[in-house]
Amino acid sequence: MSIERSDVEKIAHLARLEVIEADVPEYVRNLSNILDLVAQMDSVDTDNVEPMAHPMEMAQRLREDVVTETDQRDHFQQIAPQTENGLYLVPKVIE
Amino acid sequence: MHNKTIAELSQCLARGEFSSAELTQVYLDRIEKFDGQINSYITVTADEALAAAKQADAQIKAGTAGALTGIPLAQKDIFCTNGVKTTCGSKMLDNFISPYDATVISNFKQAGAVMLGKTNMDEFAMGSSNETSFYGAVKNPWDLDAVPGGSSGGSAAVVAARLAPASTGTDTGGSIRQPAALCGITGLKPTYGRVSRYGMIAFASSLDQAGPMARTAEDCALMMNAMAGFDDKDSTSIEHDVPDYSASLNEPLAGLKIGLPKEYFAEGLDNDVATAVQAAIEEYKKLGAEIVEVSLPNTGLSIPAYYVVAPAECSSNLSRFDGVRFGYRCENPKDLEDLYKRSRGEAFGPEVKRRIMIGAYVLSAGYYDAYYIKAQKARQLISQDFKQAFEKVDVIMGPTSPTVAFNLGEKTDDPVTMYLSDAYTIATNLAGLPGMSVPCGFVGQRPVGLQIIGNYFDEARLLNVAHQYQQNTDWHAQAPAAFK
Repeated sequence: MSIERSDVEKIAHLARLEVIEADVPEYVRNLSNILDLVAQMDSVDTDNVEPMAHPMEMAQRLREDVVTETDQRDHFQQIAPQTENGLYLVPKVIE
Repeated sequence: MHNKTIAELSQCLARGEFSSAELTQVYLDRIEKFDGQINSYITVTADEALAAAKQADAQIKAGTAGALTGIPLAQKDIFCTNGVKTTCGSKMLDNFISPYDATVISNFKQAGAVMLGKTNMDEFAMGSSNETSFYGAVKNPWDLDAVPGGSSGGSAAVVAARLAPASTGTDTGGSIRQPAALCGITGLKPTYGRVSRYGMIAFASSLDQAGPMARTAEDCALMMNAMAGFDDKDSTSIEHDVPDYSASLNEPLAGLKIGLPKEYFAEGLDNDVATAVQAAIEEYKKLGAEIVEVSLPNTGLSIPAYYVVAPAECSSNLSRFDGVRFGYRCENPKDLEDLYKRSRGEAFGPEVKRRIMIGAYVLSAGYYDAYYIKAQKARQLISQDFKQAFEKVDVIMGPTSPTVAFNLGEKTDDPVTMYLSDAYTIATNLAGLPGMSVPCGFVGQRPVGLQIIGNYFDEARLLNVAHQYQQNTDWHAQAPAAFK
């Protein structure tokens, strides 16, 4: 299954990835090759097969609703690119 | 000192033949002297290592030491280490000083092990040759023109080159077993959920599993005793009894039923690799094992299914790298979307971008059923193959990798060719089963690995089966000439 330039541009946007113009043709080629590889799955009939999401078919474990973590905001924000008054800074979103 | 196994070093430390501080210094000196040739460490933590070694020496003197107290280890740079740079092989995390320890790291600290440093790896564990690392490729200590395998290439290379007695790796599609095979060392990927994933930077959450990489199965057992166990910080950690992995190493193998899947010896397998693996099977016959042919008919589905499941999970997991809370941020973003796109575009390498895009594609509206659900159904078929085989046999054996180590640069132009080097390892991740790679010969000067696959939670048996082989062969004891 081959994909086109417009597909690469669309999925790069969906994944919030900047792809440099000059690299697009190579992504078109490589991603098409990968999807061709993936298409080999179609050779097998899976109509009555139950999808397997996880190796251990188990239910999500639940725990008591109690506080187990202490507040470490300052500690965690030390590694942030930009913070102010305990908040993470990003470019203005709302005018 | 540097040719001794963990089991031997542990006894030497207990007898006071040398101290952990002296041992640690020997390894730090060797890293200084040799690592320029193979690029296996991203970060060396010399000061922290010597401080930890002194503490370990105090414990040894006080008589409170365990088997790993004072043993130097290298940690794959995918494990978060408190106060130490944790890069996952990516420019994205080149400035990331982790604010906490992964459970694997804290388990080893508690056991008294000494961390020498963090090993090089494929970026975000995506690769089979260690060539996608932001920090440059690792070279194979057996042949500097060859790749060490990946993604845990640095972890395999440090053990082969005697720049650490042992290391940790992670395995999503073969990333412990394939580099172990290509570097001539012993590696174990445990059952999914056996070792905590907390603090292990996620690639594909339903496949990722951490395990030991060492020179011998005996050493892997000692490490598993510290690594395995339930962790309430990991929601997919499994509550299942943890045996003493060292206790059953000496069980005799008489009557062991070994399954040989015919699909693992078919087209695509290098003849010389096949010969070495067959010779290992003959050795097992001498040890009393019975050989049974089995079939895993859906083996051919594993790479296609994997390249849907793993990218889908990776595109979701790697969305956390947004340039806002930690990691790389682009210069002068003009708006929030530009901040996201350029931070990610500038800091992720091409293989990571490919997988994120494939993941976004297969999960996008209109394609989800055709790709993602189809792949999960294929995964079910692969898993059923193993269930049926394990009704007849105790373990499954075959080659770890279809070839020995390939040359640096040989497969970097075509991602699909690279993916095929994991043809025999990926199925066990999809099924969640444990698997090992054990050195079983050479082609020229490049090592061959024997893969041993077990049933769920049967790591102790895998280690026993590998250990008995290593008691009767010496492939695992050989060292590359340039690093002796």
